[in-house]
Amino acid sequence: MKKLLGITGLLAFVCIATAIKEPNFLNAYNLQNTIRWTALFSLIAIGVSFVIITGGIDLSIGSTIGLVGSLLAYLLTIKGWSIGAALLAVMLVSLGIGFAHGLLVTKMRLQPFVVTLCGLLIYRGVARYITNDQSQGFGNSFEELRWLATGQASIPFTGGLGAGGRFGLPFPFIVMLIVGILGAIFLNRTIYGRYLLALGRNETAARYSGINTDAMKMIAYVICSGLAGVAGILFSLNLNSVQPSGLGEFYELYAIAGAVLGGCSLRGGEGSILGVIIGTAVMRVLYNSINILRIPTHWEFAIIGGVILSGVIVDELVKRVAAKRRAAR
Amino acid sequence: MSYLLEVRSVSKRFPGVLALENISLTLARGEVLAVVGENGAGKSTLMKILAGVQEPDAGEILIDDRVVEISSVRVAQRLGIALIHQELNLADNLSVAANIFLGREPRSGWFIRTGETETSSTSVLRQVGLDVSPRALVGTLSLGKQQLVEIAKALSAQARVIIMDEPTSALSQHESEALFRVIRDLRQRGVSVIYISHRLREVKEIADRVVVLRDGRNAGELSRDEITHDNLVRLMVGRNFEIRRARVSTGDQTRATALEVRSLRTATHPHHELNFSLRPGEIVGVAGLVGAGRTEMLEVLFGIEHALGGEILMDGVAQNIESPRDAIRAGMALVPEDRKQQGVILEMAVSENLSLASLRREASAAFINHRGERSMADEMVAKLGIKTPNLRQFVQYLSGGNQQKVVIGKWLALRPRVLLLDEPTRGIDVGAKQEICKLMEQLAAEGVAILFVSSEMEEILRMSDRALVMHEGRISGELKREELSEDAVMGFATGARRT
Repeated sequence: MKKLLGITGLLAFVCIATAIKEPNFLNAYNLQNTIRWTALFSLIAIGVSFVIITGGIDLSIGSTIGLVGSLLAYLLTIKGWSIGAALLAVMLVSLGIGFAHGLLVTKMRLQPFVVTLCGLLIYRGVARYITNDQSQGFGNSFEELRWLATGQASIPFTGGLGAGGRFGLPFPFIVMLIVGILGAIFLNRTIYGRYLLALGRNETAARYSGINTDAMKMIAYVICSGLAGVAGILFSLNLNSVQPSGLGEFYELYAIAGAVLGGCSLRGGEGSILGVIIGTAVMRVLYNSINILRIPTHWEFAIIGGVILSGVIVDELVKRVAAKRRAAR
Repeated sequence: MSYLLEVRSVSKRFPGVLALENISLTLARGEVLAVVGENGAGKSTLMKILAGVQEPDAGEILIDDRVVEISSVRVAQRLGIALIHQELNLADNLSVAANIFLGREPRSGWFIRTGETETSSTSVLRQVGLDVSPRALVGTLSLGKQQLVEIAKALSAQARVIIMDEPTSALSQHESEALFRVIRDLRQRGVSVIYISHRLREVKEIADRVVVLRDGRNAGELSRDEITHDNLVRLMVGRNFEIRRARVSTGDQTRATALEVRSLRTATHPHHELNFSLRPGEIVGVAGLVGAGRTEMLEVLFGIEHALGGEILMDGVAQNIESPRDAIRAGMALVPEDRKQQGVILEMAVSENLSLASLRREASAAFINHRGERSMADEMVAKLGIKTPNLRQFVQYLSGGNQQKVVIGKWLALRPRVLLLDEPTRGIDVGAKQEICKLMEQLAAEGVAILFVSSEMEEILRMSDRALVMHEGRISGELKREELSEDAVMGFATGARRT
């Protein structure tokens, strides 16, 4: 828990500073929007953190989102599939992608970076080919389905909250809560979570202790791509119009940055789900602040990059001080 | 008389261990000084201090009668001290000449004068009697030749003191002899050599004088004509030598064999078949030189490597072992050779390391039994005497002996029937070593069958109810307790004798 103090403090600081400079930050619409996007990005950040814990990486998340989003719209509107069949199909595609990554990494002993870099290129290409690179949209139909991404649940007993209207929790936030809780239980309470942490630190010793390390890594890649699939569905429903060439571009980097900000070590063996969610929130709030404070958007990447870098540097310095203190004892 | 090198009352402390206590030694010009002692006696630490890898906490070092501060490897090099590590420090992917001049390349501006490195490499290579092209990639050379490249590198850097740490541990007989010729030649030319080894035979052959270390202290010194096997052993093991096995067992003869291996073939030595068996309660040592195939045998038994053929039976039942999980399920456990890489997870808590193997068995529906984990860890810490401030301490902060106890404790939680140990006391201090030996006895008394690989003769002689000796992938001999002697073991280990 102590590890989360820094990142939580950073989140609070950015929120308060923005709110003081621009009270509109706190209006219901803006809050809901920020929470919705935080939730969507948290899903993929949680996913990739499982892979990062094994010492691997997944660069194909954005393209998986693009493929799943385009495919869903294409199957529903152009192929006329039923909602259930289309959702099932895109989830199978994303889980299959994770399974393939896992196989290539464990059985073929390829490097995760290379495997998923190729995935990044391949899935984007496939998405553009299937849809003929035409933008796909849900139009005005599928209102019920789109509610999954755009809807909100009112909070009991609060009545109206926030400046200027009723405040409800965006539905993706509820999805994130469920995924986050399940993920945290899996990571901290089950033997499989312990196995992932162990093999991320020292795969050989884990294998020598009778852990099926290959199977555990496969599970991590399947979780990662599966959550990318869920996020892909929600992102496309939220946007309503899907560009096969653009949906999800760079999202893997946001996911990885969120995971790292939240305490995952790229060396593996370390990570907490709550940290990852907070880390992702920092990025989304920063993005929102840049917009709402009317800082030229050209600065967006530079500011987010700078904040992440400083966060990582401070974290490393704190660790060194702690290590020195331990050695001095 | 003035010495080339003098060490005065040097001490060095590591967390939990006093590695060196008031060590002193001298080295004359053109002298070959052997430093011997058991593992954990402090040899390597002393050499690291001389080579500038570590700094002493107390004491001083003199070169040519002047006190020097060897604060870094670079300083040591400037003073003319070169350390040749047990695991050689060469870049496999670079040429011989590039390795010899690594870090001190002759340059014109930003460019390396490659031609010059190659000509001067040829001359130092000739000095060590190595006939390879300076352009050859180091990775393509045999270990023996790589060792000579290291010596050539030291000579090229004008080293006056060359420290060799267990130089023959991976060399063949032939290669070792070549190395000895080079050492004698160095002596002729006034270069001093500090030769670290625990192979007494070699020490007798090459050393002008021997300094013996025990438990980080000076245990004695022998001049050339005093170097005898008995003298060396007496100084090395001291009083500890008196400690004998409390009980000797030929195992429980009434019960079936705990482990039986029939015609087992490993990938490293596919043409040899291994056959042996273990009774419950029996401690069987596996002796042999490095590279005899002992570790490979254990790895196949434990399912880390696949067997090419043959059968493994536990309690008379054939087992299909394809992974460590299968081996564990069959009732085996392995304390591996490389503790830090294979045994423990350094950056994980003591309790988490202890529970790693038994987690699945104790879990209810995949959920970790945290309370059970803690109480099991508490029990193991008490039973094995693991010294740790608390259960949450990372294993990396424990001493080697305590780390090894964690590895053993991890398996005891599963109550194995066959315990395989690979060099169980390597790199741990004498006290912990005895505790681990005692623990092995205790487990055997409880009926566990124990198969342990060791390169330390004393341990094989002291601990084994029976010993298997391996040579080049075969079991070349089997010795009952009453037949055990250093000569008998060495005879089989070197292939001079076979059954």
